Amino acid sequence: MIINHPLLGPRDAAEFVYLGDAALIDRPDWQAKDAAEQFHAYGYLRDNPAGTHQELWYHEQGDRSWLVVTRDTLTHEITDVQIARDVARSRGRSA
Amino acid sequence: MRYSALRILKEGLTGNKGWKPVWRDPEPKSEYDVVIIGGGGHGLATAYYLAKEYGITNVAVLEKGWIGSGNVGRNTTIIRSNYLLPGNEPFYELSLKLWEGLEQDFNYNAMISQRSILNLLHSDGQRDAFIRRGNAMFLAGADAEYADADQLRAELPFLDFDNARFPIKGGLYQRRGGTVRHDAVAWGFARGADSRGVDIIQNCEVTGFDIEGGVCRGVETSRGPIRARKVAMCVAGSSSRVAAQAGMRLPIESHVLQAFVTEGLKPVLPGVITFGAGHFYVSQSDKGGLVFGGDLDGYNSYAQRGNLPVVEDVAEGGMAIMPMIGRARLLRSWGGVMDMSMDGSPFIDRTHIAGLYFNGGWCYGGFKATPASGWCYAHLLARDAPHPVATEMRLDRFARGHMIDEKGMGNQPNLH
Amino acid sequence: MTQINRLGGGLVNQGQTLSFTFNGKQMQGHPGDTLASALLANGQLLVGRSFKYHRPRGIFTAGSEEPNALVHLRSGAHQEPNTRATVAELFDGLTATSQNHRGSLEFDLMATTDLLAPFLSAGFYYKTFMWPRAFWEKLYEPAIRMSAGLGRLSMQEDPDTYDKGYLHCDLLVIGAGPAGLGAALAAARSGARVILADEDFAPGGRLNAETLEIDGMAGRDWAAATIAELAAMDNVRLMTRTTVYGAYDHGTYGALERCTDHLANSGGKPRQILWRIYSKRAVLAAGATERPIAFGNNDRPGIMLAGAVRTYVNRYGVTPGQRMAVFTNNDDGWRTAADLAAKGVEVCAIIDTRDAPAVCDVPGARHIRNAGVVNTVGRKALRAITLTDGQVIPCDGLAVSGGWNPNVHLTCHQRGRPEWNESISAFVPAGDLPPGMAVAGAANGALTLGAALEQGRNVANAQIEDLGFTPSRDTPPRAEDEPHTGAPVWHIAASTKRAWLDLQNDVTVKDVKQSYREGFRSVEHMKRYTTLGMATDQGKTANIPALAIMAECTGKTIPETGTTMFRPPYTPVPLGALAGRARGREFRPYRLTPSHEWAKANGATFVEVGNWLRAQWFVRPGEKGWRDSVDREALQTRQTVGICDVTTLGKIDVQGRDAAAFLNKIYANGFAKLAVGRVRYGIMLREDGICYDDGTTARMSENHYVMTTTTANAVLVYRRMEFARQCLWPDMDVHLISTTDGWAQFAVAGPNSRKLLQKVVDPDHDLSNEGFPFMACGEVTVCGGTPARLFRISFSGEMAFEIAVPARYGNAMMGVLMEAGREFNAVPYGTEALGVMRIEKGHAAGNELDGRTTAYNLGLGRMVSSAKDCIGNTLSRRPEMNLPDAVKLVGFRPVDRTKKLIAGAHFISEGKEATMANDEGWISSVAYSPTLGHSIGLGFIKSGDTRIGEVVRAVSPVHKTEMRVEIVSPHFIDPEGERLRG
Repeated sequence: MIINHPLLGPRDAAEFVYLGDAALIDRPDWQAKDAAEQFHAYGYLRDNPAGTHQELWYHEQGDRSWLVVTRDTLTHEITDVQIARDVARSRGRSA
Repeated sequence: MRYSALRILKEGLTGNKGWKPVWRDPEPKSEYDVVIIGGGGHGLATAYYLAKEYGITNVAVLEKGWIGSGNVGRNTTIIRSNYLLPGNEPFYELSLKLWEGLEQDFNYNAMISQRSILNLLHSDGQRDAFIRRGNAMFLAGADAEYADADQLRAELPFLDFDNARFPIKGGLYQRRGGTVRHDAVAWGFARGADSRGVDIIQNCEVTGFDIEGGVCRGVETSRGPIRARKVAMCVAGSSSRVAAQAGMRLPIESHVLQAFVTEGLKPVLPGVITFGAGHFYVSQSDKGGLVFGGDLDGYNSYAQRGNLPVVEDVAEGGMAIMPMIGRARLLRSWGGVMDMSMDGSPFIDRTHIAGLYFNGGWCYGGFKATPASGWCYAHLLARDAPHPVATEMRLDRFARGHMIDEKGMGNQPNLH
Repeated sequence: MTQINRLGGGLVNQGQTLSFTFNGKQMQGHPGDTLASALLANGQLLVGRSFKYHRPRGIFTAGSEEPNALVHLRSGAHQEPNTRATVAELFDGLTATSQNHRGSLEFDLMATTDLLAPFLSAGFYYKTFMWPRAFWEKLYEPAIRMSAGLGRLSMQEDPDTYDKGYLHCDLLVIGAGPAGLGAALAAARSGARVILADEDFAPGGRLNAETLEIDGMAGRDWAAATIAELAAMDNVRLMTRTTVYGAYDHGTYGALERCTDHLANSGGKPRQILWRIYSKRAVLAAGATERPIAFGNNDRPGIMLAGAVRTYVNRYGVTPGQRMAVFTNNDDGWRTAADLAAKGVEVCAIIDTRDAPAVCDVPGARHIRNAGVVNTVGRKALRAITLTDGQVIPCDGLAVSGGWNPNVHLTCHQRGRPEWNESISAFVPAGDLPPGMAVAGAANGALTLGAALEQGRNVANAQIEDLGFTPSRDTPPRAEDEPHTGAPVWHIAASTKRAWLDLQNDVTVKDVKQSYREGFRSVEHMKRYTTLGMATDQGKTANIPALAIMAECTGKTIPETGTTMFRPPYTPVPLGALAGRARGREFRPYRLTPSHEWAKANGATFVEVGNWLRAQWFVRPGEKGWRDSVDREALQTRQTVGICDVTTLGKIDVQGRDAAAFLNKIYANGFAKLAVGRVRYGIMLREDGICYDDGTTARMSENHYVMTTTTANAVLVYRRMEFARQCLWPDMDVHLISTTDGWAQFAVAGPNSRKLLQKVVDPDHDLSNEGFPFMACGEVTVCGGTPARLFRISFSGEMAFEIAVPARYGNAMMGVLMEAGREFNAVPYGTEALGVMRIEKGHAAGNELDGRTTAYNLGLGRMVSSAKDCIGNTLSRRPEMNLPDAVKLVGFRPVDRTKKLIAGAHFISEGKEATMANDEGWISSVAYSPTLGHSIGLGFIKSGDTRIGEVVRAVSPVHKTEMRVEIVSPHFIDPEGERLRG
C-alpha cells in the first residue's frame, strides 16, 4: 500500500506502524462518573466496519508523524490522509 | 452411507456411480430449535455435537456461501494444545483429545496426523517462557518436551545451526500436535450433522435478527425469515458485521492473515516447525506442498488478501531457519479475514440479548479449536451454562479485568 | 541420439550446438531452445510421470502453463525441483532428470497405481484408511506421502544469491506480445516512463510462434523492430525473463527477473531479482492460454495443445511428431495443420467437431467433420487415435485445440471476478479490475492479431492520457484478423475411457461427475474435493473445462456455476528470491554497542539481545565454563567495581515547558515534582493497566528530561509517547527525540565506583555522596572537557553511576574507564552478571514484565497514582486485576541449597496434586548467586507477599523433576538499600 503523507508525499506503507481505529484519539475523561465504562469501551470495543475506516498510522521509518488515514477495509483504497495532531485538535483535544 | 474400504471396492467395481451426496440440500423450514449462523468448521461442529451429544436435531446451519468457505477452508492446518494460560490450555487440550478420536467418531478420514509441533527458541528468556508453558501444558494433562540444540541438530539437520542470525538454542515440542486435512473437517462434521437430521442450508445469508424486548426470536435471511428458540452466531471473520445487525459492538477487529503453499515436494519436513525469532511456521502436506505462514499484515481488512511486505518477511523467516528451501517455489498465497480479539483469545458466550449466543474472536487459532469450539458451544446452547473448559471465554472479561493474553500484547489486536 | 524431429528455421541458432543430458542421456540442442523444444527435437516424448496414477507424460504446452513436463533441473545443491521444461532455456551442460517415479522413468514401479484407479477416484482417501487408528500415521500416510509430492529438494543450502529492487513508472505493460508491444510503443512515444515486462526470454509473445504479418512484415520481424525501437528509448525499461507475478495494492506489482537461470553458472551474480514495481497505471497484455478438449486417454505423450505445436514448429523449428493429426473445435486448430504442412510435416487428419467446410487448404490432410477423438492408443508414446465413428487413425502426434482462455489472472488478484463472454466462450476481465489496471489484447478477449494490436495501442493511450500525456500521432501498426470462429466442446461425451482435465493431479471428467454426485457442486468444493487446479500449474489448462463439465451436471450455465479465484503468484516464485539477501547472518541487521570493538578485543562472548549484540561475559584465562566468568564478574563488581555497556537501554530526550506534565501522564507514578538534578524510577502502564516498562528519568534542567527505557521496549515506548504527545495531548509544549544511538552509556557499579569516576570526570564536578547523592544527575565533562552526563542510579544494588558520552567516544570511554579502574581491580561485566545482580537485588526485568503483570503483581501497586490522570491507571483498577489472591513477585530459594532452581517451574502447595487447578504461580528468573553461594529465583505466587517463609513445591514436569522451595523476599542482597546510598 501507498500512504500519501500530507507532508512527505506518497510513502510505502511498510514505513509505517499501524495502531488501529482513530477513535483511540478520543480518550475519555478520567474523572467522568462512568470513567471505568468509558475506558472499557475506549480500550476494547470497536466498530470494525467493512468499508470506510479512519485509522491511525505512525511513520516510524520517517518523520514520526501519527496520521489519520481514511481507508476502505474492503478494497484498501485510501481516500484521505491527515496529520493526527490536527485531527486531535479538531476533536477538541488540547493539553 | 457408511464409508469403508469395502464400500470403495464395491463402488470402484461399479463405476463409482453409487455415491450419495455427503449432505442433503434441504429447503429451510420456518422454525428450528436452534439456528446456527455460519457453516464453517465451528458452526458445523456445533451442529454435530448438538445432535450427537445432546439429541438436539431440529437445527439449521445457515451458510451465506458454500460450507467450509471461511477459515476452515483456508488455514495452515495445524492442531496443537501448547498454550500457557488456564483460560486456554484445558480448552485446547480437550480439542486435541477430540481430534484424536474424531475420524472414527464421524467416519470420515480428515487425515489427522500427529506429526508433532516444534517451537524453536533462540534466547534464554525465551527458554524460560517455553519451559513455563510446557509445564502449564503438563498441568493441564497435555504433553510437552524440551529439546536442546544438540537433539534438534540430530533430528532436523537441515535447520541452520551454524550461520544463523538468531542461533537455535532449543525448542519445545508437542509430539501430539500436527496437521489435519482442513476441508475434510468441515465435510466430516457436515456429514455427521446432516445424517442426524440437521439442515445444512447453503447460499442463505442472514440479513437481520428478529429481536423483541431484548429477546431474539429468529433471523431474517436471504431465503426468508426463520424463527428459532436459540440463535447462535458462529461467523468468525465476519463477527462484527453480523453482530452489528443485533446492535452489538465487539472487542474484535478484522485483520488479514496470509498463508502460503509451495509446489509439491517429496517429504522433507517431519512435523510442524515454528521460528521463534521471526515470523514463520511451516509444515508439509500429504500432497507434498510446504504450507507456511507468518504474521498478520497488521491493518484492519476484510479484503481477504495481503500485501508484499509480509510475503517477503515470511519468506525471510523461512530462509533464516531452513536455507534448503530456497529453490522451492511459492505456488499460491491467500489471505483470510481473522476475528482478532483484544487479548488474542476467543469468546463462547451468551450475549446481553436472550436467546442470542456468540462464538468468535478466534484470531488465527480457530482451526485447531474446531472440535472443542463445537463441543463447548453445543454445551452452552443445550445447557445455558458455559462448559467447564470455556468458563473464561466470556465477552465481559475485559470489563472485569480478566484477560486471557497469551502473548502479553494488551488490547492491540494486530499484535496478538 | 540425433535431433530426429528438428525441422530447421525459427528463432534457434542452429549454427551453434549445445549439449545437455536428460536422465543421463546425452542430447543436443541450440541456443534459443527451451529444454522442452530440445527434448522434442531429440525425439524424447516421455518426460515425466503424473502425480497420482504415475501415468507416462510428455510435453503438453510450450509455456508456463505446462502441467506435465516438470523436471529436476541441475544437480547437487543447485537442483531445482518441478522446473517446467517448457520455459527452461537450454544452456550448454544443462542436466535434467525426470521426477516422481520409483525405478526408471520408463519402468516406474508406482505405475501400478494406475491399475487401481477405479478405487482411487476423487476423495477416496476421505473414506478409508481409518482402521485401525494407529495405522494412519504409521502406514497409510507415509505411503501416501512418498508416492505423492513431485520433485526433490537437495536438502542443501541454496548456494545462489538473490537480490531485490524497486522500480517506478508511469505505465507498466505486462506482456510483450502484439498487444503489449503496441501498448508500450504508444506510451513510450508519448514520453511516459514505461516498463515492459515479459516472462519469455524472447519478447514477441505469439508473434514468435505464428506466421502472421504486421504492416506487411513477418510478425516476428515486426516484434524485433519494435523491441529495438523501445530498447533505444531512455524512458523505457525492457525486462525480459521477468514475470509479473502479482498485482498488489495501489499500483504495486511484484515481478521476478531470472538473471542467470539461462546460464550454466551464475558467475557470482544474483540468480534472480525480485522487483517491486510502483506503477501509476498498468496495461495487462498477458495473452491467452489454449484449452484442451477432454477425451479418452487424452494424456498420452505426443498429445499437445495445437498452439503449442505451432510454437514448436515455427519458433523452435521442431515437430512433436512425424505423422500428426489435429483435433479442433475452432478455426485456430487449422492453422496448426497448415503450419505443420508448410514445414513439410505429414498431417494425416484434421478432426473438426463442427460440421463446417475446411478453413484452409492443408495438403495431404483428411478433413473429418462433425467428429471427435474418443480414445487413444500407445502407452509411452501416442500410436493412434480412435474417432467417434470408430475409425482408428495411426499417428504419433495429436494437436488439440479447444479455444483460448484470456489470461485474466492478475485482474483477479484483488478479488475481481471475470465475466463470461459468450462469443469466445471464455471468461474475460470484468469492470472490477485492480485500480489503475486496464487489459488489452487476448487477455481481454481480443483473440485476433489485428484486434490485439489496436486494443493495446488504444488502451495504453487512454491510460497515459489519464496521466496527462498526449498520445503520439504516429501511424498505428496494422494486421489482418485471422479466422477465429469456433463452437465450444469441452469433452467428447462418447468417450468411455478416462478423460483427463487436470493432467498433473490426475483429475478426470469422471472425478468431476462424482464430485457432483456427492454434493461437491460449488466450484470451490469441486476443486477441493477433486484437487483439480491445485497442482503446480494451478489448473491453467484445466479449470475452465472442469467448470463446464460441472455446469453440464447441474444444468446451469458456466457463469452461474462460478469461477475460481486466482491468487498470486501467477507462476511459482522461489522462496530464495522472496527472501533476497535477508538470510543467514544477514537475516536481520546487527546493532553493535559503542564498546563492541573493545569487548571483542577483551575476550567477550556475545549474545543476541533483540537486534543488539551485547557482551554476555568476558572469559579470563583458566576459566572452564561460563559460570566461572559470570561469578567472577558479579563478585568483583560487588567487591570493588565493575563496568558494563548499557547503551542498549532506550534513551529518550524530553524537552519543553510541559515536559513535566507530559511525563506525569506517561508514568504511573508522580513526576510533576521531580527536582532539577534528580532522577526518579518510574513504571509505565499500557492503557489497559498492565505494567509494560520501567526505567528512570532524569531532570537535567528546568525543561529538559532524559528518560531511559528497557532495551526490549525502547522503540515501543517512544512510539507510544509520540502517540500521547500528538494524538492525546496535542497542545502540550513537549518534544521528543530518541537518543539511544547518540549516547554511549556505561554502568560503573561497586564500592569503588566513585573513586574510579573521580579519576575520569573532570575535577570541578563534585561526586561526593553529599554533592552527588543517590538519584542525582548532571551534565559533567570527562577527560578534560568531553561533555558527558552522569546519573547516580543502580541496577545492581551497589553504589553505582551511569555515565554517558557521545556515542563516538564510547569505545574509547570503555578503555578510559578500565584504565582508570586498574588500581581498583575493576572488571568489565556482561549481560549475564548484570542479570545475576539484578535478580539478587530483586529488580523486575523482561521475564517479569511479560505483558500480563500489573504493578500490583510486581509489588509496585502503590506507585500507581490515583490522584492524577495517566496512561493506564483507570483500567488498572478493574476488579479482577486486584484480587486479594493475585500473584505477587517474591524471591525463592531451594530448601536444599545445593539444588538449582528451574525458571518456568510452577508452584504447587505441598500435599496437593500437580494440576492446573492447583497451579499457584511460576518461577520467572533464576540465577546462581555467587554472593550467597546458592541458586536464587524471582517468581510470582498467589498472595506471595503474605507467604514469606512458606515452603512450596516447584514442579517442572518438562524436566520430570520437582523440588521444595522457600518463599523469601525478592531482595536477596542489601534489602535496606544501604549500599546504593553509600
